[in-house]
Amino acid sequence: MSKTIIIGISDLNIAYPPDVLVTYALGSCVGICLYDSKTKVAGLAHVMLPLSTEVKDKSNLAKFADTATLELIKRMEKAGAEKGRLVAKLAGGAQMFALQEGNEAFNIGKRNVIAAKQVLKNLNIRIIAEDTGLNYGRTVELSPETGTLKVKAIAHGIKEI
Amino acid sequence: MTENYDNLNDLQIDVLKEIGNIGAGNAATTLSMMLSKKVAMSVPQVKIIGIQEIANILGGPENQVVGILFTLSKDIEGMMMFILKQEFAHLAVNQLMGRELESFSDFEEMDLSALKEIGNIMAGSYVNAISSLTNFEIGISVPGIAIDMAGAILSVPAIQFGKIGEKVLFIEEEFIGGDGENVNSYLILIPEIDSLHKILKILGVEL
Repeated sequence: MSKTIIIGISDLNIAYPPDVLVTYALGSCVGICLYDSKTKVAGLAHVMLPLSTEVKDKSNLAKFADTATLELIKRMEKAGAEKGRLVAKLAGGAQMFALQEGNEAFNIGKRNVIAAKQVLKNLNIRIIAEDTGLNYGRTVELSPETGTLKVKAIAHGIKEI
Repeated sequence: MTENYDNLNDLQIDVLKEIGNIGAGNAATTLSMMLSKKVAMSVPQVKIIGIQEIANILGGPENQVVGILFTLSKDIEGMMMFILKQEFAHLAVNQLMGRELESFSDFEEMDLSALKEIGNIMAGSYVNAISSLTNFEIGISVPGIAIDMAGAILSVPAIQFGKIGEKVLFIEEEFIGGDGENVNSYLILIPEIDSLHKILKILGVEL
């Protein structure tokens, strides 16, 4: 029986076939997906903020792109994955509201995506697909069997990346 | 010293609830005028809760809702967000624009403007409540609007507040229209932590 493992906000987890990882309604948050096709170990983090170095309270590792990615890798390695084989997919990082004041809070989606890319680059993990930016929410489902990321949006249907 | 909403004591929460009550009263009055029908309201529920819990109250993270977002400036800095479920949005648009809309996909630019205007009036009601209690001057931005998954809309206040805590001030209000229909509106108030201190201090409950 296949289980659906649900990732909340500022949360992360890993899975193997036949289970799947799901996170609902990514807005400006970013979903970081890591996958090792040899061992079929998959990991998904729903991160809210770019870097843990920018805030005081960093107790929740899954909240930030940098600490969440490292924690995900740690858990995936424990489950048999190899860091050198990992590839990444990204989704989310939308700008949900168009307010014209140049308030940095409204560009946070973009900043989250940039941070996630930088973190992955520093770790030498290749990003093989992404569905990021624009102005709408996305629910994503990551399959450890195939590494496919299903992205669902209200007005934009379902696509697989 | 209070670092975030997670550590507020009962007295401080009561003061914030009172602001919510007064704001809700103002909002019901203005809403009645706008919709030109009598609108009563229940006692608003004021809670300090996590974003995930709010998503559940709104019908789950994937449920489609309307979010109307404002930024606050001058003496109080932060964000205010109104969230309306489909029923409220339809009722308001049908009443204001005089037409029957079945789903969000029928909404046109004019309908969004009407919703923004309702958001403006409601936000003004709460801002006036805070101003009159504290004598602070509070600036309010033009509204931004989004119709999307509740979780995605909530990510914006969640992120704004996520730098300092896990919970936000959430006010749930039930409006009862003259024809007996009930609609709920939801408000999330997120003052910057310095502004929260200022509000609590001037109201005499700073620790």
